[in-house]
Amino acid sequence: MVAVVTPYTTATGLMDTLQVTVLVLVALGATAVVLTRDPVRQVIVLSVYGILLAVLFLAFQAPDVTLSELTVGAVALPILLLLTLAKVRGREK
Amino acid sequence: MTPGQRRWLFLAAMACLAVFLVWGLAGLPGFGNYPGPYGDIINRIAVGQTNATGVVSAINFEYRGFDTVGEEFILFAAAAGVATVLRQLRGEREGADRDEAAGREQVPTSKAVAAVALVLTGPAVVMGWYLASHAQTSPSGGFQGGVVLATAFVLVYLAGQFLSFERISPVDLTDAVEALGAGGFAAVGIAAVIMGLPYLQNFLPLGTVPGAVSSSGTIALISFFVGVEVAAAFVLIVGELLDQTLLVREGSG
Amino acid sequence: MQILPFIVVVWILAVGLYGIVTSRHLVHLIVCLIVVQSSTYVLLLGVGYKTGAVAPYFFDVPNHTPAVDPVVQALALTDVVVEAAVSALLLAFAIQAHKRFGTLDPHELAQLKG
Repeated sequence: MVAVVTPYTTATGLMDTLQVTVLVLVALGATAVVLTRDPVRQVIVLSVYGILLAVLFLAFQAPDVTLSELTVGAVALPILLLLTLAKVRGREK
Repeated sequence: MTPGQRRWLFLAAMACLAVFLVWGLAGLPGFGNYPGPYGDIINRIAVGQTNATGVVSAINFEYRGFDTVGEEFILFAAAAGVATVLRQLRGEREGADRDEAAGREQVPTSKAVAAVALVLTGPAVVMGWYLASHAQTSPSGGFQGGVVLATAFVLVYLAGQFLSFERISPVDLTDAVEALGAGGFAAVGIAAVIMGLPYLQNFLPLGTVPGAVSSSGTIALISFFVGVEVAAAFVLIVGELLDQTLLVREGSG
Repeated sequence: MQILPFIVVVWILAVGLYGIVTSRHLVHLIVCLIVVQSSTYVLLLGVGYKTGAVAPYFFDVPNHTPAVDPVVQALALTDVVVEAAVSALLLAFAIQAHKRFGTLDPHELAQLKG
């Protein structure tokens, strides 16, 4: 495949390296999210995982999905999870 | 079955599933060799047909607009489900506006958090409207813009108290706005049917310059309605969860 | 490199399912479900990628530049937002379970009757 030249293209080898790196980081991030047992800490790790996923989607040339994943995975989902945990903790006391 | 046995059974089954999955996925053309004709065809004709330079949004709101109607109603149903499940059960009565964590030591919101949240509320609203109205030009669209708009409301809660959050987004108003958004989307499709075209056909003038805000007909309009609906749905969900934490308590008899 | 994204997809799926099966807290279970769903986004975008192509937005590049597949991006886009709403519904169920039974441990919940 001939690389297309636009003001935004980078060398193919560079893009491949970026994609491989972020894929490995995403796999490690998913493992970290699952292995964190305390729910409050897990929410923070989920937020970081969401940002890693957003970078992966950007490396796959999908800026729309990046925007969605950033707003939802790093902001909206942690808000909902933390509110639920606050509700549950308030009842246990 | 003890947890240990459950774990070993799962690992054995997962190993078999993983083998089959990798075998199946290895039969694909490989990463980076997308062969299929559909994507290439859409890339070639979308700008000419719809005057929208954002091809993904054109697909979402026009070529496959019917799927988007369905997904938007999934959102609608989920928000309605949250409101229904978290309603007051028999035996719980809404007490005075007292904080449920009265017995807990209350950590006051730090001034830094309140100041930053206050400063960021305005830019969040502007960003949300920008995203929801530029679906046809650049990477944006109703869904992302709606979530960013909802974040602005949550920032108000962070900067102040729950009661100020409730004053700017009362449940009845949020319900009405969400219904307006969902209904508006369906109504745009029905308006096309009334004119004798198929459901959700693009019937507004397409504009002259591809990629301007006023171009591409119904795509911009639908994106606006979707943004309104998504924002209202998320504000409703967050409001229900906050309501639960702060105002509902057990009845005493 | 040809098959690495798909191996990562299978790995994320396996890890998420392992988390669901061995979970002791309902909110932890819901977060593992979110991880499982994220594996499908990576699969969708990995299928549609073309080496050396740009994003399918022709605002600032000429009209016939080779671009990646936009259809899978449209699918993944709405998928992400709908997933958040469905997770909110699951969290509401978790709150109600805690209200009725006083515990959030799935193993204990399975033994309660009604």
